[in-house]
Amino acid sequence: MTPTSRTLVRVPVWPLFVAVAFAAVALTALVLIENQRWLGAALAITAAVCFCAARFGGVAAMEVAASENPWLLRGLIMVASLAVIFVLRDDNFGLLMLATVLIYATICLGLTVQMGYAGLTNFAAAAFAGTGGYTAAMLGQQGGLPDALVLVCGGLVAVFIGSLLILPVLRTRGHYGALTTMAFGVMFNVFLDANDFFGGPQGLKLPGINLFGWDFTNDIHIFGLVLSSYVNYVILTGILTALAMIFVGLLDRSWVGVWFDVVRLDETAASVFGLKIAYWKVLAFTLGNFLAGLMGAVYAKMTGFIAPANFTFGDSLVMVSIVILGGIGNRWGVLPAALIVVLLPEKLQFIQEYRLIFYAVLVIAILTMRPDGLVARRVRKLHTEASA
Amino acid sequence: MTSLSNDVLLESRGLTVRFGGLFALNELNIDVRNGEVLGLIGPNGSGKTTFLNVISGVYSASAGNILLDGIDITREKAHNISSYGLSRTFQRSRLCLSLSVFDNIALGAQRTLNNGLWHNIVQRTSFAADVRRIADEARELLHVFNPALPDKLFDPAISLGMIDRRRVEICRALIGKPKLVLLDEPSAGMTHDETDQVVDEILGIRKSLGGLTIIIVEHEMGLIERVTDRCVVLNYGKKICEGKFRDVAADPVVREAYLGQA
Repeated sequence: MTPTSRTLVRVPVWPLFVAVAFAAVALTALVLIENQRWLGAALAITAAVCFCAARFGGVAAMEVAASENPWLLRGLIMVASLAVIFVLRDDNFGLLMLATVLIYATICLGLTVQMGYAGLTNFAAAAFAGTGGYTAAMLGQQGGLPDALVLVCGGLVAVFIGSLLILPVLRTRGHYGALTTMAFGVMFNVFLDANDFFGGPQGLKLPGINLFGWDFTNDIHIFGLVLSSYVNYVILTGILTALAMIFVGLLDRSWVGVWFDVVRLDETAASVFGLKIAYWKVLAFTLGNFLAGLMGAVYAKMTGFIAPANFTFGDSLVMVSIVILGGIGNRWGVLPAALIVVLLPEKLQFIQEYRLIFYAVLVIAILTMRPDGLVARRVRKLHTEASA
Repeated sequence: MTSLSNDVLLESRGLTVRFGGLFALNELNIDVRNGEVLGLIGPNGSGKTTFLNVISGVYSASAGNILLDGIDITREKAHNISSYGLSRTFQRSRLCLSLSVFDNIALGAQRTLNNGLWHNIVQRTSFAADVRRIADEARELLHVFNPALPDKLFDPAISLGMIDRRRVEICRALIGKPKLVLLDEPSAGMTHDETDQVVDEILGIRKSLGGLTIIIVEHEMGLIERVTDRCVVLNYGKKICEGKFRDVAADPVVREAYLGQA
């Protein structure tokens, strides 16, 4: 990829419209279509269009247009999201799936900070999400705390548990660090299974979200329309995903992002030029775990019931494979990857039994064809910040 | 111990580094004077790079002291040592190849930048001012080496040739305005002509910065002869000779260490 220098010629913006519209239509179709043949056809068309767009410069044109008109892109995504919600307004299952995809995507944004930026492999993302979920459940049983705080506490407790784990993670490198997190992920499950205080294998029930009087269990009545109560969750998770995208994007385009990269790529050079390796790793671990815990709490509140089986090592693996599939270190990649990994097995009935085989085949196939993932990471260009 | 006259910048006293039973450095006393270019030479495995690694904090000393500008930095962690005004290059290039030239050079100025999350995420205008400042400084430095390099500031480092990568590494070491720069085999991986070119550029920059102190480790004797004010010869972790290159090269002990004729 040769970097394009900034041109004075105004770039066309229509590729942006086309891309966002196409993404919205493809997403809606994927959620709505039940007939397996039609679904297969829709998937094939989507894949073919994406392939052609990448092959014949459509994606590149869109990227240029997007980087020149960031606010247009944000506006279009807003409009498209509202359109998708409108079409799916009474499809409870579809909306639930969509919110779940967004939750996974946001957790994977946290993983992107940890793995993609700072190089900390974390095979316990589901356990950190579970920590958030169980925190929400326990706080819900006590009552009294407003839900906004409950969700934030989910993130904070995940950070706290992570800070207990950080010592062994810092003392080990590469594969061994990954093993440490793996052990924690398994331990988390065993602990919850054996512990009656946290409901044991039967799990815990918890009430839906009520944010500042906005009750998520009620249907939304607006302009004479009735929207399913799950629209609430799609809106909330959508907002959280958007905020996380913005935050992680700013992080990447800042000194913090540069130092994370240097710590990942060359610890010796990093420390010789004054970076304290442990500090930057702890920071990345903390930010990622906060996102995981926060979204875990939202997930628990949304499904209304959590059990250890929701946060297994297998789920952590799924999250890591989303990050790898999407393209390690590229925050946009987690969106299509989360969609593929979370939604497809639910929709394609024949896959359901063979879920893990499907993931394995998918990861191997995509990484064989695109070793850098669906959306490869680009070279950071900080001068666009300076000239903006 | 405090024989320190004002014009000694770096001083090692009885510096010893042991790896198991092996003495990589053995009670080494070296003075580096302010503003000089000191050549560190010796056969393979004589401890030259170990010396650079121990003063830059990559290895820790088993015994002895290192004083930089009179301050004992022996027990300092690597990430603190740069704040005393010391920076370096590496024998094998240690650029982050997937990052831009700018990102790599900015690392050298890391100490002067605000690393707080609030500044980086929220105060984007003052962050952008940082970027502009570092970009200007980096362009200026790169220009001295190669007038074509400033245009490649935001290209990935991997797209540069070996000689330009070495230049970028040197710019990274210089942008933090250090008092002392350690150059570990600047000729490694380059042709004779390229080496000559880079060395001329380093000397030029040194002049414009007004008397930067440099320790240079090198196998290329022509280069050592050309750039150094003084040389220290190491063998088996001990200093065997010290002085002007011409005198050192004529010394029989040095000739023997290098196995016959140097």
